[in-house]
Amino acid sequence: MTDSKYFTTTKKGEIFELKAELNSDKKEKKKEAVKKVIASMTVGKDVSALFPDVVNCMQTDNLELKKLVYLYLMNYAKSQPDMAIMAVNTFVKDCEDPNPLIRALAVRTMGCIRVDKITEYLCEPLRKCLKDEDPYVRKTAAVCVAKLHDINAQLVEDQGFLDTLKDLISDSNPMVVANAVAALSEIAESHPSSNLLDLNPQSINKLLTALNECTEWGQIFILDCLANYTPKDDREAQSICERVTPRLSHANSAVVLSAVKVLMKFMEMLSKDLDYYGTLLKKLAPPLVTLLSAEPELQYVALRNINLIVQKRPEILKHEMKVFFVKYNDPIYVKLEKLDIMIRLASQANIAQVLAELKEYATEVDVDFVRKAVRAIGRCAIKVEQSAERCVSTLLDLIQTKVNYVVQEAIVVIKDIFRKYPNKYESVIATLCENLDSLDEPEARAAMIWIVGEYAERIDNADELLEGFLEGFHDESTQVQLQLLTAIVKLFLKKPTETQELVQQVLSLATQDSDNPDLRDRGYIYWRLLSTDPVAAKEVVLAEKPLISEETDLIEPTLLDELICYIGTLASVYHKPPSAFVEGGRGVVHKSLPPRTASSESTESPETAPAGAPPGEQPDVIPAQGDLLGDLLNLDLGPPVSSPPLATTSVQMGAVDLLGGGLDSLIGGPNFVAPPAATVPASLGAPIGGGLSDLFDLTSGVGTLSGSYVAPKAVGSISMDLQLTNKALQVMTDFAIQFNRNSFGLAPAAPLQVHAPLSPNQTVEISLPLNTVGSVMKMEPLNNLQVAVKNNIDVFYFSTLYPLHILFVEDGKMDRQMFLATWKDIPNENEAQFQIRDCPLNAEAVSSKLQSSNIFTIAKRNVEGQDMLYQSLKLTNGIWVLAELRIQPGNPSFTLSLKCRAPEVSQHVYQAYETILKN
Amino acid sequence: PLISRNYKGDVAMSEIEHFMPLLVQREEEGALAPLLSHGRVHFLWIKHSNLYLVATTLKNANASLVYSFLYKTVEVFCEYFKELEEESIRDNFVIVYELLDELMDFGFPQTTDSKILQEYITQQGNKLETGKSRVPPTVTNAVSWRSEGIKYKKNEVFIDVIESVNLLVNANGSVLLSEIVGTIKLKVFLSGMPELRLGLNDRVLFELTGRSKNKSVELEDVKFHQCVRLSRFDNDRTISFIPPDGDFELMSYRLSTQGGKEYLMRAHFGLPSVEKEEMEGRPPIGVKFEIPYFTVSGIQVRYMKIIEKSGYQALPWVRYITQSGDYQLRTS
Repeated sequence: MTDSKYFTTTKKGEIFELKAELNSDKKEKKKEAVKKVIASMTVGKDVSALFPDVVNCMQTDNLELKKLVYLYLMNYAKSQPDMAIMAVNTFVKDCEDPNPLIRALAVRTMGCIRVDKITEYLCEPLRKCLKDEDPYVRKTAAVCVAKLHDINAQLVEDQGFLDTLKDLISDSNPMVVANAVAALSEIAESHPSSNLLDLNPQSINKLLTALNECTEWGQIFILDCLANYTPKDDREAQSICERVTPRLSHANSAVVLSAVKVLMKFMEMLSKDLDYYGTLLKKLAPPLVTLLSAEPELQYVALRNINLIVQKRPEILKHEMKVFFVKYNDPIYVKLEKLDIMIRLASQANIAQVLAELKEYATEVDVDFVRKAVRAIGRCAIKVEQSAERCVSTLLDLIQTKVNYVVQEAIVVIKDIFRKYPNKYESVIATLCENLDSLDEPEARAAMIWIVGEYAERIDNADELLEGFLEGFHDESTQVQLQLLTAIVKLFLKKPTETQELVQQVLSLATQDSDNPDLRDRGYIYWRLLSTDPVAAKEVVLAEKPLISEETDLIEPTLLDELICYIGTLASVYHKPPSAFVEGGRGVVHKSLPPRTASSESTESPETAPAGAPPGEQPDVIPAQGDLLGDLLNLDLGPPVSSPPLATTSVQMGAVDLLGGGLDSLIGGPNFVAPPAATVPASLGAPIGGGLSDLFDLTSGVGTLSGSYVAPKAVGSISMDLQLTNKALQVMTDFAIQFNRNSFGLAPAAPLQVHAPLSPNQTVEISLPLNTVGSVMKMEPLNNLQVAVKNNIDVFYFSTLYPLHILFVEDGKMDRQMFLATWKDIPNENEAQFQIRDCPLNAEAVSSKLQSSNIFTIAKRNVEGQDMLYQSLKLTNGIWVLAELRIQPGNPSFTLSLKCRAPEVSQHVYQAYETILKN
Repeated sequence: PLISRNYKGDVAMSEIEHFMPLLVQREEEGALAPLLSHGRVHFLWIKHSNLYLVATTLKNANASLVYSFLYKTVEVFCEYFKELEEESIRDNFVIVYELLDELMDFGFPQTTDSKILQEYITQQGNKLETGKSRVPPTVTNAVSWRSEGIKYKKNEVFIDVIESVNLLVNANGSVLLSEIVGTIKLKVFLSGMPELRLGLNDRVLFELTGRSKNKSVELEDVKFHQCVRLSRFDNDRTISFIPPDGDFELMSYRLSTQGGKEYLMRAHFGLPSVEKEEMEGRPPIGVKFEIPYFTVSGIQVRYMKIIEKSGYQALPWVRYITQSGDYQLRTS
């Protein structure tokens, strides 16, 4: 005879039939009918229409029937609030029943009827039950206060139930105490400021006493409540810990974990020098390990918490690596968590074991697990330097398996290893390249592209490899596109001669054919950078990368501290603070660990670490977001990076300028427009200071050429030849020379040396070395130099014009690509055309002659029978001049077109051309 | 759902409809975990045979308490209905509702000791009809696991010491992990409220009492049934308790074995050659064995003192057994 028969009532006229049966005179029939109603309710049928009939059955001395009616009431009262009032009288009556079981049942059910209207009728019965002689009724009433508070908080406060509840903490019965604690904690959660629990050493003592006597669940309530208390000093913390540690031997895992929470929290207040601190650490390890023998779900909770504990206090489990070894039959969620903890515990001492395990896991069948295992090998390499080589060779072994997802995962981590240990393992690149075609996951593709770009100079066919990726550019994910863009720019900067077309192609794909703003921005930045100054581009794009951190996924310390306070709860499983997943203001009080406070008698100096571990003990945590610089340095893949290195300020300045230009160019339309003049000083201003100029290469040579006027004395230096003739009648001594401020900052690099006194009519020739670090002032004409020579008789002033080519520097050869971009970039109004007449030289001779004066031919084309020479030169102050020289064979007249951001130099450059070619 | 109980009223009963689809989805993604969430609702679930037991919450609940409670519920149902399955729930839905009402209140677990529950929630509902039924005081007593007034003609205690050996061996034969998990199970047929004290050759105890360490066993971790006075054990390693009536697990312990003894067994297996069609990884070789009258750890029950105020004599009987636990040999 089973209850299942109640589920099989006839469909037809069911409600009607039930109604009749419920109103039957026969007790037995009534009960059967109620069971049928409950059965219908259980399978989800709506039997609310029977409300009055069922409530009529409430007045019964049959306990089973009463329970069923109560069950019905709990389910339907909310949908029938008016009729629920009908039940009130019975509740009130039942609360005075001589049988405590009935009293408790009534008070328990009352609170579950969430109808505001009837709550006030329940106050009196509840008040009585809270003072009931039977502990079973009291413990039930205690919970009812929390229920009522949930429905009508104000009512509960007005009725003084909270005080009664607080009194129950001192009840003689442990079960009552435990439920009162649970109810108060629940209420306090929605009233964070109310100090409802009012924990003090006296009440704590009561709780600790009850802890020994109540059920396992009661122990959890009490431990969770204790965890909210902050002891006044380390002594109190220790004494509570001492009384809580026995709970670590409880068979119920939840009791153990709640005890661990209290201990982990209060430990924060104990000095590490204390013997007890060490004892406690030792006591914590075995129970944590034993939790791994619990049911899988409990193991999972335990592992998620151990993950936190290992981050907070690594010393507790540092010798327990083996217990986290994965077993074949572990559920996947346990396997993944164990793996994570293994990496956290990995150290030089146990790395061999760990690696052997990881290799084993990497050949398993579960894809997610295998991937994580491969990734773990990479993390070990980065974490334990001594193991890096072994890790790399393990990864190579795995790549040889040719299992697609293993290969991809391995490439992703090898990229990180390259980052961490540059110039160490690049010998494996060839092996990686063999697997290029099999990569179909964006992360792996991006990693491979990064590797190719980063080591382009060592990979012979880097351009081919990258070009291969470029074909399907628009089908790639953003990650891959960004990476490809950067990699090709790197390649170009390293091998400019062969890759111009490629870079042009990728820049145009990124800027003109893409809708992705990130990609376009980055494309424009690179383009602009390349067109402004390749040296700057090199410094930015090929800059040394910030080191990657050892631990990539550490929880941020304040969050970790908060989560430690939530050990065992959902927050500790999600690794998120409750505020992230609990709605509304409820339960979102931020918890933090107590600061360490020494007791007054303690001799130890009161060292107060503000909520959390002392600084320096925690491994550095990495900012979650890369900044603009990081972006430019191509750090969008892989682990977050630690803060950027030294050169930051100037580079960032440059980057900001460029961004401004980028915006301009966006407004300017699809054609690539020049950055505003600010990036390169438009006037012949000082080369030093401000924006991009800082990036310019100022260290390499100050010019190589001395013109005819200034006789060449030594290559790579400028000098001024002076011929001094004494036309006076007396001997001249004490010569000195000074230059006025001039356009290019020319200044004597040494004092004027006239060794012997100069007799009348005597002439001396002196070569004065010059540099360009003097004060700058724009002169008219530009190449005007005012000089003062002083001696024992007088000061002599004169001015002279110097040829501009003495200022042409050795590294004035622009990359082809840059030339093209720059030429386009310089507005047409800056272009000047000159005719050079009567020059019998051919194109080759012209090129070589100019080159010896640091005017470089970048390209030569033949257009309609004319030779077009494209040339560049750079002045000592960093100004670039671009030239197009048109030579028609047989015609001694050349056409020179000059483009420069500072057009006023063009005239002088033209004169320099004249001078050089005709000399 | 088969049967449900809404304890707090904050989660709509319809939310459970999201559970199965979510479970299936996660399983397909390979991201199945015992904790799932849909919107604001968190599902904490376990599986027993073909049943899912799911707890829902909106709050930052104590997850370990929830799983612990779900397992306890399974235990209670199993003791009530022998087996927990769809049929037994349907056949006993009235009592299931009663139990759900008694096991938890407003999300707080209450009485989960099935022996005590059986004293006032019985399957013969008719018995209670007269309203005579009372709450056993045990429910709220400090000794919440044993009722008074139990009587036996012959007072006896049967002690089973069962040790499971867990072993993980590499494909190349090296031992990665080797531990012993022991349990001491009691069958108690004792009258009244007896005080029991169990003596083991526990090394820490021997050290405390100045005895020679020889023949003692170092237990790495010990877990006790609710009835054992934990503070007392923490204090002087005495295992003292008033036992529940009948069967229960008194304690479990764990120790890892380094090296240890090695026995060589030569055996000849005639294995038919079987090939599996699909390569499903490399399952390890599992080994099952049983060694009666022997504990690998060397643990011994030195005494079991039984004191009851009526002064009866009771006999303890001890059995030892060692068996394979999770014994895995990896293959290459």
